[in-house]
Amino acid sequence: MSLELSSVKADLDAFCGAPLAARGTGFDTVWTVPAAQAHGALERLKSRHGFNMLADLTCVDLQGFGKETGAPSPAPAGARFKLVYRLSALDPATGLLNARLALDAWVDGDAGPVSAGDLFPCADWLEREVWDMFGVSFSDRPDITRILMYPEFVGHPLRKDYPIKKRQPLIGPPDGPPRERLTEADLRPRIVE
Amino acid sequence: MEQDLSAPGIMTSQLDAAIGWARKYSIFQYPFVTACCGMEFMSVACSHYDIDRFGAGFPRFSPRQADVLMVVGTISHKIAPVLRRIYDQMAAPKWVVAFGVCTCTGGFYDNYSTVQGIDTILPVDLYIPGCPPRPETVLEGLMLLQKKIQAQGRRA
Ligand code: SF4
Repeated sequence: MSLELSSVKADLDAFCGAPLAARGTGFDTVWTVPAAQAHGALERLKSRHGFNMLADLTCVDLQGFGKETGAPSPAPAGARFKLVYRLSALDPATGLLNARLALDAWVDGDAGPVSAGDLFPCADWLEREVWDMFGVSFSDRPDITRILMYPEFVGHPLRKDYPIKKRQPLIGPPDGPPRERLTEADLRPRIVE
Repeated sequence: MEQDLSAPGIMTSQLDAAIGWARKYSIFQYPFVTACCGMEFMSVACSHYDIDRFGAGFPRFSPRQADVLMVVGTISHKIAPVLRRIYDQMAAPKWVVAFGVCTCTGGFYDNYSTVQGIDTILPVDLYIPGCPPRPETVLEGLMLLQKKIQAQGRRA
């Protein structure tokens, strides 16, 4: 049984109070929701429409989009980051894929929407990754810590304004002292442009 | 024929050669494998290319029992302290092999996360370039390393 996305869309349009921008068809359907309503929309999709799996949550930084080519930026005015939630509806009986859906949410500045960790536990790690790489934070969640970079790292490396070759080495030259035990001082990052 | 062996120089140089010979054919390697080069390392180490023919077939997974540190694969800044610590734990004499271009120079990972050559954190004795290096390249490198060991040359 495959899901009728049009009725799901009507329900979400009613929830958000306006028709959502849509693109793509079938498994490539993408709807754009306001960031403030992203959590509510996810909750509705999960509880009413069987989207029971958050397959991915990621982010895109569109700062400076089209600077060289002159192409118009898809970002609405003021928005810089796009969060992408990828959802799957798996049939509870068979485990087969019924539908797939992506939600885009534009974020102004770096304060992101309410965390989806209460709906999908896997969102915890995905949100940590988004914060680590892009610096977009989520409200209503436990303390956020880096997941890929080391805690001493300064900045968010996948932002467009992070210098492309800026490195923050943790340890120094080969003739330095042996490091049986690393101390706080050994681990202080030295910023190399 | 009578030969005067009392002069210490003669004995020492002969002993050095003997020790070098013994060391170069009994390499205990520590494979520090982090990335795709590991696949090529496996084929060198297994029977197709059989690194054991050169006396280096015995991987030790304790740095205290190893004398050649094989650094195989991309080294990120996050793992660098661990690699350095393993190196520091190895007993002298020890040698370091940079296996693959990632370990030699950072390779194409010219970015925020990758160490640009492990020689920025460790003294390296042998560089094997290639992405990944072919097993033949590795074996040639190993023979060069053996020459170095025979001559008692090392950086650390
Ligand atoms: S040198 Fe190439 S094959 Fe080896 S670890 Fe780097 S990217 Fe992978």
